[in-house]
Amino acid sequence: MNTLKFAFNGLKRDWYSGELRLIGISILIAVACLSSVSFFTDRVKRGTQKQATELLAADLVLISSKKIQTKYIDAGTSAALIISLSESFRSVVLKNDKLELAEVKAVDSSYPIRGHLRTSDNLFGEEQVNDSIPSRGSAWVDSRLLQALQVDIGQSISLGASELIVEKILTYEPDRGGDLFNIAPRLMMNRADLDKTKLVLPGSRIQYRLLLGGKSERIDAYREQINVEDNDHLSVQGIKDARPEIKSALERAEQFLGLAALVSIALAGLAVAMSAQRFAIRHYDNCAIMRCLGLKQGQITQIYFFQLMLLSLICSFIGCMLGFFAQEVLNQTLIGMTQQPLPDPSWSPVLSGLFAGLITVIAFALPQLVHLREVSPLRVLRKDLSPVPLNNYAIYALAIITLVLLSPWQSGNVNLTLYTVAGLFLTAIALALSAKMMIKLLKKLQPKLKMAARHGLANVTRRSDQSIMQIIGIGIGVTVMLLLTLVRTDLLEGWQNRLPNDAPNYFLINIQPEQVSGIKAQLSASLGTNIELHPMVRGRLIKINDNIINPNDYKDPRANRLAAREFNLSYADEIQIENRLVAGKWWYLDDDSKNYFSVEEGIAKTLGISIGDQLTYSIAGKDILGEVINLRWVEWDSFNVNFFVVSNTAALDSYPSTFISSLFIPESKRSMLIDLVKQYPSITVFDIDAILTQVRIIMNQVIRTVEFVFIFTVLTGIAVLFAALQSTHDERSHESALMSALGANRKQIVSGLVAEFMFLGGITGLLSAIAASVIEMALAEYVFKMDIIIDPLIWLIAPLACCLIIVSTGLFGTRKVLASSPMLMLRKV
Amino acid sequence: MDLDSNNIVEAKAIVKQVSSPEGTLTILADVNLSIKQGESLAVIGVSGSGKSTLLGLLAGLDTPTSGKVILNGTILNDLDEDGRAQIRNQSVGFVFQSFHLLPGLTALENTALPLELAGSDQADEIARQRLADVGLSERIHHYPNQLSGGEQQRVALARAFACNPKILFADEPTGNLDQKTAQLIIDMIFKMNKDNGTTLVMVTHDDALASLCDRNVVMTGGKITKDI
Repeated sequence: MNTLKFAFNGLKRDWYSGELRLIGISILIAVACLSSVSFFTDRVKRGTQKQATELLAADLVLISSKKIQTKYIDAGTSAALIISLSESFRSVVLKNDKLELAEVKAVDSSYPIRGHLRTSDNLFGEEQVNDSIPSRGSAWVDSRLLQALQVDIGQSISLGASELIVEKILTYEPDRGGDLFNIAPRLMMNRADLDKTKLVLPGSRIQYRLLLGGKSERIDAYREQINVEDNDHLSVQGIKDARPEIKSALERAEQFLGLAALVSIALAGLAVAMSAQRFAIRHYDNCAIMRCLGLKQGQITQIYFFQLMLLSLICSFIGCMLGFFAQEVLNQTLIGMTQQPLPDPSWSPVLSGLFAGLITVIAFALPQLVHLREVSPLRVLRKDLSPVPLNNYAIYALAIITLVLLSPWQSGNVNLTLYTVAGLFLTAIALALSAKMMIKLLKKLQPKLKMAARHGLANVTRRSDQSIMQIIGIGIGVTVMLLLTLVRTDLLEGWQNRLPNDAPNYFLINIQPEQVSGIKAQLSASLGTNIELHPMVRGRLIKINDNIINPNDYKDPRANRLAAREFNLSYADEIQIENRLVAGKWWYLDDDSKNYFSVEEGIAKTLGISIGDQLTYSIAGKDILGEVINLRWVEWDSFNVNFFVVSNTAALDSYPSTFISSLFIPESKRSMLIDLVKQYPSITVFDIDAILTQVRIIMNQVIRTVEFVFIFTVLTGIAVLFAALQSTHDERSHESALMSALGANRKQIVSGLVAEFMFLGGITGLLSAIAASVIEMALAEYVFKMDIIIDPLIWLIAPLACCLIIVSTGLFGTRKVLASSPMLMLRKV
Repeated sequence: MDLDSNNIVEAKAIVKQVSSPEGTLTILADVNLSIKQGESLAVIGVSGSGKSTLLGLLAGLDTPTSGKVILNGTILNDLDEDGRAQIRNQSVGFVFQSFHLLPGLTALENTALPLELAGSDQADEIARQRLADVGLSERIHHYPNQLSGGEQQRVALARAFACNPKILFADEPTGNLDQKTAQLIIDMIFKMNKDNGTTLVMVTHDDALASLCDRNVVMTGGKITKDI
């Protein structure tokens, strides 16, 4: 017998009759989700690899907050490498009465060593590759700055103490840093004009870069030759470190998207398992007949194996095609993050999609269908003879193991995967136990209800196992969607709403010591309040007690970053208003004998700093030692200036410093900023409102991406709902037909069904809302560390929404039953 | 093997016991039966007497707790499930009370199924012929739910005779049919039986139907109490 042909014909028949449709659709949705994520991440990886060197604009970059020492430049020259120097900083750019904070980059004629600049002569006009740099006395600005200042090409703008002519529109620079949180528009100028701006002063926040290019062996030799350890303020970036902020963000996004896709696969698997169980039960008679007629057990295994494999391949392939189109949506949503057009994807996501489809089918459906080989041919004479059902726990254990094995491949992070799988599992268990309890309680309500409601509830309680499966399936999807909505609201609106109306909306930085009294007086006079300016000294923590700080000793990424970076230290006589001592004591004003440090409690915990510890900072080439005398709690959300580490005045007031302040400037008085910046061109003004808006835009982009993937989660949740409804379809058909035969009219039958679905929807929605609220509280407490207020409205909206979904889905699924004659339905079943 | 060469099927001291909440239940107790090639045999008895159980054992659909069943010269106890399936495909035809057609297959496909299982290249042609024999040439592409009960049973008959079986087992073949249709089916069964030289073993409540067979075996409480 040609089992493959028999299997193929059987597949066609079972598909047209609807038997296999839900299995196929579940696979399709899961694979579409997985492949859309895979296509997108594949494009990102290929884009990143392609642009590796271009992202640095060189083969190697040395970055420092101090002027690059000559020895590094000389070493590069000796190694016959191409050398380029640049400075980057933030400054306000002026045009008449308009001012805008811009990211300024001063470059020399060797820039860029790798990649090309692109410019345009018209706003949004055709861009050209440009192998030159801004000529002396001119600037290239990006379209945002052009529009913000309402300036045209050929007109002049003010940067610091100098005037520059806008020469071209800068459309692309290869090593544009900080794209992910790119807040400020860009200005590129000739390095030779930098001194004229008078913006490079002691204490100014400038990033100095030495770009090097050449053959890889020379670059490697150079890198080995320079001893970076001796210099506290230098970091080295090679091709592999290119754009770490984007790489890191995209790696995290990739992990998260992969995990989200996994949730879809888990739910799809549940739908597949439930549909496969029903399919198997409905095929007992067929298998018994075929066995009776001479089909062997091995042939039964082959037939159903081939059917599933064919179904999986076809549906996975269609799922991959849908995923390909869907990933373009994802690409458009995240276009701001990547800032570059992505290359076309490879074919590897198709393979991973096909593989995922196969795994889903093998793990969730195959065991049950292959079990059909155990159907006894004697069933033709004794219908009560069914094969011993597979242990459900065994089926789902196999499914969970498959998920766990599949997930590191998908997310790339075993720990994150295990937490997610554990989280899903716990949520499912919690939903199951709560649902069981709730159904038990509702059962007591039954006798008190009217006929339709009583009948509907009776169906839920009588089929409690299937009801619980439905609640788990759709409940997980709803819980996740609710959680996402709640967290977004908490993070964005809750944070914004906590700020008082007069919370600071501007930061001033880079104020020189000799400018303090003048600026303070000018601001106080304009605003009518006393303005505080805080000193800021840049220093790197090099020792805690006798232990030399090595960032690599800190496994925690945050601690690692804090140990590697420079601190913004400050000094003060008194503790700031938003701060509170949690341990130790403040220093006495007249005690200049020792250096004291006050450390914020969070950073103290992260870096392992305690009261009594001796901290050594390197500031401007000198080491300063001080004792930790207290730990502070800081109200960071106040938007006032605060510091992780503050010293007594005597410790730091002799070191180079700048001053910083935050203040509230009402709309009516914002023009005074223009006068201030004109008078003191070196100071930088941050508009916090603009920053918040930009952050909100980025967060919304990220959340939209997550929502995109979770649409698939909801779709698979609906597939689970269909599967669960189908599993009780025959029973429901028989009951409806019987009720009709006994005299119930259509309205009464539909009322009973609606009541059943409403109870299911209500239970699912309420439990999901509670689950989402509990998880939200846990996240707020342990992850985001913020206070939240639970909105009880969600406990009303979620059940209502679930009722609507389940009632409409359920009635759609039972429409044939309602349309058929009771005789026909009773004969069928 | 100790087989009378004229016997197509033999049951020797077969016992069938099953477990139940009340303990071990004996369905068949020490049953001995020999059926000759070409014979027609009716197994009659009240509900629960063990008729269908005996039928299942003789057809190789089940195995006895003890004793031996020999079908067409092969001891069925010695075979595994696949072996018994092969014997069924080669030597046995079935007709059931509930017809047991595959609902997703047409009349033609249902009839051709045992031929396909046997690997026949002419499954389609033979099936068409068999359906013509039962007067259903015009309904070969209809599905079971588009056929009446009598028509479905005729398709089942056509399927049963598709592979030229040596023995036909019929379990209450007219149980779900009206009198007129039942008579039609019975006439067909006996005609096809005679035309093909097939042995017929039929379980029935119907005394009139039983009287049409060469031999009647009466079962009571799991034992053969009469053999006439």
